[in-house]
Amino acid sequence: MSGFGGFVLRRALGMVVTLLAISVIVYVVFYATPGNVAQITCGPRCSPEQVHQVAEQLKLGDPLYLRYWHFLEGLFVGQDYSTGTSVAHCSAPCLGLSYQSDQQVMDIILTKLPVSLSLVLGAMVLWLLLGIGTGVLSAWRRGRISERLLTALTLAGTATPVFVIGLVLMIVVCGELQLLPFPQYVNFGDDPEQWAWNLLLPWLSLALIEAAAFARLTRASMLETLAEDHIRTFRAYGVGERSIVGRHALRGALAPVIALNANNVGSAVGGAVLTETLFGLPGIGQELVHAVKVVDLPVVVGMVLVVGFFVVIANAVADVLYAVADRRVVLA
Amino acid sequence: MSEALVASQAPGTDTPVPGASGARQFWRRLRVQRAALVAAVVVALLVLVALAAPLLTALEGQDPTTYHPSLIDSARGGVPIGSFGGIGADHWLGVEPQTGRDLFARLVYGARVSLGVALAATVVQVAIGVAVGVASALGSRWVDQLLSRTTDIIVAMPLMIMSLALLAIVPSSFPRPVLVTLVIGLIAWGNIAKIVRAQTLTLKGLDYVSAARLSGWNTWRIARRELLPGLAAPVITYAALLVPMNISVEAALSFLGVGVKPPTPSWGQMLTSADVWYQAAPQYLLLPAGALFVTVLALTVLGDGVRTALDPRAASRLRVGTGRKSESESENGTGTGKEETA
Repeated sequence: MSGFGGFVLRRALGMVVTLLAISVIVYVVFYATPGNVAQITCGPRCSPEQVHQVAEQLKLGDPLYLRYWHFLEGLFVGQDYSTGTSVAHCSAPCLGLSYQSDQQVMDIILTKLPVSLSLVLGAMVLWLLLGIGTGVLSAWRRGRISERLLTALTLAGTATPVFVIGLVLMIVVCGELQLLPFPQYVNFGDDPEQWAWNLLLPWLSLALIEAAAFARLTRASMLETLAEDHIRTFRAYGVGERSIVGRHALRGALAPVIALNANNVGSAVGGAVLTETLFGLPGIGQELVHAVKVVDLPVVVGMVLVVGFFVVIANAVADVLYAVADRRVVLA
Repeated sequence: MSEALVASQAPGTDTPVPGASGARQFWRRLRVQRAALVAAVVVALLVLVALAAPLLTALEGQDPTTYHPSLIDSARGGVPIGSFGGIGADHWLGVEPQTGRDLFARLVYGARVSLGVALAATVVQVAIGVAVGVASALGSRWVDQLLSRTTDIIVAMPLMIMSLALLAIVPSSFPRPVLVTLVIGLIAWGNIAKIVRAQTLTLKGLDYVSAARLSGWNTWRIARRELLPGLAAPVITYAALLVPMNISVEAALSFLGVGVKPPTPSWGQMLTSADVWYQAAPQYLLLPAGALFVTVLALTVLGDGVRTALDPRAASRLRVGTGRKSESESENGTGTGKEETA
């Protein structure tokens, strides 16, 4: 198959391969470590019998590739876990059992996922608007004081860690000015208005940092496009400056911005971990930090896989979008 | 980059590259960028503070780990006694809430951790990235496929998540700063490997490399003598951008409580509980936050300057070495350049 359909198909296949490779690497790194894996997985308070049971469950007697196969089986068809007296079924996609919290990893992730998605997707809207807006504005006002100011601001934005801006926002807005109450997550389904109000500061903290990178890229990309021949032609025909910048140049400048957005999903997820921890939002990031602190191995592995899954998909989607914006990519 | 190429044009000669002329030109192009120059001074000062941390704290008469229970008010939850968080002649910047440890000492020792971890991690990233990139470009098709796909996966994995996860499985007895360095270094080398691979592929097709191959040099010798000098510019450019990124990552991990752990001081770690104390001891929040901000900003600006200085196209816009005025300027430049390198 060739053309656009073939491109999408190739990209999807590549995505599946990448995901499998990630799962192999993650599995090997975490379950083939020196030390007593069963003891680590079970937690420090486990009795020897429980540890033995976990070892049985993870099939630690088998060679590594069989254990990995067993893990994959759980992912695709589900598996049964005996919890001593009863047998619990973990349906596909099964990421295993957290022996420390006695819950299925998938259940933990599914309860935390909406919070993280709310945070990242909401922030993404903000950082795209802010970043592209600032970038276009500073390209348009090139050489003026306003451009210098914007450039300085975006530079400061790239240099500020997300938890510093979050801390400052929280202290100023919630503490000193008392404009907003201290954020507390409310389900979107329960009360959309409260959901948005409570996420406003976390969104802003995450978006301000991410927007800086977009502003810099958009500005550079805009300046490049504005120097191209077709823009000069528009100018010669007397098209207004506002229309040139806002419509024609922007269209040409957006492709690299789309690519950056995909690349930034990874860093945004990292930023989300910090934002959630700082504001006490019960999302995946906060759970991951907790799991790392108490060394809850199945949860850590599950989270890494789920996050990797999202990042890889985001990258693939962006590649396709990029190809839609610029068909030359398909030929390469 | 062009200087490096010129300098290595004669295979067999043992000219150390990048040569003195390359370094001199680089410095000349860097110093005309005012912002980069200021940033370089700030970075130099920070490095100096980090190196002189024991000296500075000895001057103050404090150390970063001693508890001072007498200086905090345990009745009020551990707030430092005295105005402005206990600032005084003994404790220049006050003391830490709850523990009473000297804040100035923790701040300057924190600079050691921040810069040390970031620089060491950058070295690890560059070493792995260059090795993988060059091997990928020079190796057989299968080697290239394997290494390139691995690189793609490394690039795709979010740095924060992976480092968090890796920190979970290493026993806590392992020295934390070294561990954080290794984790950051082992995860974030993907982009540098990609850049190096692309650049090596370009260089491989150039005549002087073909000449070296035709004169019977083996791959290893060609890589070392002919290719590495040509890789210097892109690698230095990217490494300069990696340093501030690594500083942010270390600070973030320590902020989350899984990076550098007490009693070793780290700026990120100090910020963990700063929001609780900001009213009683605002400097406990402002100082580490400010230190992080200034350091990352200075390194970012310096990195931008380095990129401009090493990019022939961007550097030509700086108008260095054109006209009489800049001729004399460049002479001054070489003078200061020598002082700087000495």
